[in-house]
Amino acid sequence: MSVSRVASIEADGLVREFKKGPRAVDGIDLRIASGEIYGFLGPNGAGKSTTTLMLTTLLPPTAGSARVGGYDVVKQGPQVRGVIGAALQEAALDPLLTGSEHMRLQTALHGLPREERVTRGAELLERVGLAEAAERKVGGYSGGMKRRLDLALALVHRPRILFLDEPTTGLDIQSRTALWDEVSRLAADDGVTVFLTTQYLEEADVLADRVGIIDRGRIVAEGTPAQLKSEIGRPSVEVIPLEAAQREALAAVLERFGERSEASSKAVAVRLRGGERELAEVVRALDAADIAVEHIQLHAPSLDDVFLAKTGRSLEGAGAEPGEAEPRPGALEAESGAAV
Amino acid sequence: MSGERQLATQVGYLARRSVVRTLRQPAQVVPAFVFPLFLLAVNTGGLARATRIPGFPTHSYLTFVLAVPFMQGALFSVMNAGTDLARDIESGFLNRLALTPLRGPALLSGLLAGALALGFVQALTYVLVGLAAGADFAAGVGGVGVIFALSLLITLGFGAIGLLAALRTGSGEAVQGLFPLLFVFLFLSSGSLPRNLIHTAWFREVATYNPISYLIEAIRSLLISGWNAQALELGFGIAAAIAACAMLAASAALRSRLART
Repeated sequence: MSVSRVASIEADGLVREFKKGPRAVDGIDLRIASGEIYGFLGPNGAGKSTTTLMLTTLLPPTAGSARVGGYDVVKQGPQVRGVIGAALQEAALDPLLTGSEHMRLQTALHGLPREERVTRGAELLERVGLAEAAERKVGGYSGGMKRRLDLALALVHRPRILFLDEPTTGLDIQSRTALWDEVSRLAADDGVTVFLTTQYLEEADVLADRVGIIDRGRIVAEGTPAQLKSEIGRPSVEVIPLEAAQREALAAVLERFGERSEASSKAVAVRLRGGERELAEVVRALDAADIAVEHIQLHAPSLDDVFLAKTGRSLEGAGAEPGEAEPRPGALEAESGAAV
Repeated sequence: MSGERQLATQVGYLARRSVVRTLRQPAQVVPAFVFPLFLLAVNTGGLARATRIPGFPTHSYLTFVLAVPFMQGALFSVMNAGTDLARDIESGFLNRLALTPLRGPALLSGLLAGALALGFVQALTYVLVGLAAGADFAAGVGGVGVIFALSLLITLGFGAIGLLAALRTGSGEAVQGLFPLLFVFLFLSSGSLPRNLIHTAWFREVATYNPISYLIEAIRSLLISGWNAQALELGFGIAAAIAACAMLAASAALRSRLART
């Protein structure tokens, strides 16, 4: 997707420092086009949520500037909030209220006309599959139901831009897939721009038009998932021989197709010089050398490989280091702000 | 929608949420009724002979001590209103509200509505229990109305203190930690004895400077002596001052807490 279209979200040198802490966000530049799904991928504590809080006007930047929906996030906070919807980290719901009561409160606070409050609430609950649970207290909802209600609440005032902060963390695969479908539909059918933070590679890969990889407050790579993967190179093939004694012979054959790469102790792997098209050649060569194979697998480069290549660490387990944790919802550093 | 109408809608919906939340938490509501009534029964039974002290203003210790449950009930509003808001801060619900065009006064007013609703029912309960147990209501029906008004003003002030504590600390535990501290103020007041009959000099001094003494004495005057303008002026004045100061401080704390641009 081209970013030359009108940008919905722009940031230049965005910085956020916390007292007695490192820079949670360290000079981020963003250009996100209207209708685009942008995946902001990184481990815990990388700066994803802090960036989201600044772009949604809930946290003033220490330096830099950002415009969301054409409005400056510092000088035009109310206008920004008028065009965005947000489902922030951990569904912020009242366990004592029902789904319907949440919708009524949210529609009223957004100033929807009285006659539209009930219909809009019911329409959104239906859309996210919560119509039957609408009169149940949210305390009894599953994690997936809470996330879907959270999404519905963010859509009450028909926002042009949607911020989703780790929307599927902790959800089972069915709930995750249902949420992905709804987010895709919002972007495709309604033209909503989606800024989605995630620590799941698969989520960014499946859902996002473009991905920005953030680590320690800086964007280390950005592009479409395909671009990013192609940047770091070629697929690898990993083979486990049927007999361990043939491991050396197997390595000699495979090395004709590329340089060795990391593999499990029983296996031999090489990065294919000619790409995945060489797989057939590899199989034929193994057959010709009379090497029996227990297992053969082609590994396409993943976003984790991209993260590894850019940061020297794997995304899995690259969590926050002490003192780097991002602010919890509601645990923002107290600063003077405009009157509410 | 005009600004005033929008504000009224926001207050209405947040007030409704606050009342619904209060009603759906029996564990929060029941102690606010049972605890003051239990202490009322214990004190009335155990300290009845205090009325024999020369100069004691009434022959009925129940009538004398009936003002105290109104204060204890109001103290529960510190915990209830504050804990609810602290929970909203901890869960991120306040951020959800901050992303709407919600106005600060609407948030505070709405949150206090639940405390006031509970405060009204508490006051009604204490009046009915007092009537059933034979307490005097010297100022009559009008006096009962004034007791309700003062009681709600006190609840408003104490509820706002709870909101202030929640906004400053963002922690439900911290708000609950404030509760016993405020009870110390209640014990160091003229709740159990008239100030002029407190023999221990430092206790009498503390009770004299303790604003809670004057809140109790205003309610007590309506029960024991009828219409006492000075006691009522002091009671309403101090309650209004507490409410105004606490609301102003809570508004400032809300602006700091909601660092939205």
